[in-house]
Amino acid sequence: MTGIIQYGAGNIFSVITCFERAGEKVSVVHNPCILKKVDRLILPGVGAFDSGMRYLKKIHLYDAIKNEAKKGKPILGICLGLQMFFEKSEEGNLDGLAVLQGCVKRFPQDMNLPVPHMGWNTVNSCGKSKILNRISRRAFFYFAHSFYPVPDDGNIVSGTTTYGIRFASVVEKDNIIGVQFHPEKSAENGMILIQNFLKI
Amino acid sequence: MLAKRIIPCLDIKDGRVVKGVHFENLKDAGDPVAHAQYYSDENADELVFLDISATIEKRKTIKSLVRNVASSISIPFTVGGGIGSINDIFVLLESGADKVSINTCAVKNPEIIYQGAKKFGSQCIVVAIDAKRLRKKTWHVHIDSGKLPTDIDVRDWAKRVEDLGAGEILLTSIDADGTLKGYDVELTRCITETVRIPVIASGGAGSLEHLYDALSRGNASAVLLASLLHYRILTIKQIKKFLSMKKIPVRM
Repeated sequence: MTGIIQYGAGNIFSVITCFERAGEKVSVVHNPCILKKVDRLILPGVGAFDSGMRYLKKIHLYDAIKNEAKKGKPILGICLGLQMFFEKSEEGNLDGLAVLQGCVKRFPQDMNLPVPHMGWNTVNSCGKSKILNRISRRAFFYFAHSFYPVPDDGNIVSGTTTYGIRFASVVEKDNIIGVQFHPEKSAENGMILIQNFLKI
Repeated sequence: MLAKRIIPCLDIKDGRVVKGVHFENLKDAGDPVAHAQYYSDENADELVFLDISATIEKRKTIKSLVRNVASSISIPFTVGGGIGSINDIFVLLESGADKVSINTCAVKNPEIIYQGAKKFGSQCIVVAIDAKRLRKKTWHVHIDSGKLPTDIDVRDWAKRVEDLGAGEILLTSIDADGTLKGYDVELTRCITETVRIPVIASGGAGSLEHLYDALSRGNASAVLLASLLHYRILTIKQIKKFLSMKKIPVRM
């Protein structure tokens, strides 16, 4: 069973539906008890960095998520969910989960492109990726974000996307996987990615 | 490279698709889910549903519509029409909408943009602006489905909604809307030069060249289409093929 962590207001229905369509049983996680029971976890992308972190602490999931990640439970962060894996974000003042080393930055003001980065962009897979398995090398995924992750360790980057700058759009470190785009909104490619995650 | 988006817009009344949409290959021409699926299969990049019903039951029907659409397609969609409060936004997003489009309410109470963006994130707050040309290079904002003029300059308003946290602007030219004579590209360009958030051009598309114009000269991030697609004057495939030939990045 896959647990989808609910920590803020927004559309998690699409994520739930997507996993159900992949034939997976889904449970909405809002306390540490359910968190421990599920086989894998999704940290979806809704709201803003600080309010998300604050809410995770309030419902006692901050340490619980870190523990489960450390124990090796597969966890997929989507959009803001991925950003919360890191130590810090320019979007807020609070600490992230710090299960990955690095920070989250805002797209530069001077790149002369609209921000948020909104719409379908290509992901270039680099090297060995479990999560991008069976997905073509320059496949389109749906993005909607103003911030992007900057991991300390370049080796965890398994996909990059270019929007003014080139940034890490897919990171994989053992059981911890993050995607800056929304697989649940990315038609067939998103579905393959979710099926890949279910195999990890 | 970020693709320019092609976005079909469907008008919804009492939970059904309206306004001359007649697809022969759809069993039920009024079923929003069937339309959503059709366009999603056609490779539409996003969808917009505009609820034009004015009944008391409205909230309930739109909620179940959003849920049904979200269960059947996996591309992003926006819902607009009569949103008047943060709670309205919450209900739609919770039901499975990715974005909401606010128009009249944003003009009357701009604070809703700020509150909405803070609570749900800028990426899901679209501000729809209906603009009417007053004279050369000057447009005023209209509200109440374009019926009621205000004295707000469209540039000032666009800048303001960006500052308040809107993630995107859906810009409709009232003058061009429904004419099939082309977008008001001057308006589109004027706004894309004013703000840094994505702008969706709407109103007036009648040919492939019009779309190219709005995306290239107008520098719009996306184009919204209604009649052109609904009447099968063009298909999304044709549009994307043409744009791609003209070196506009699209998702094929």
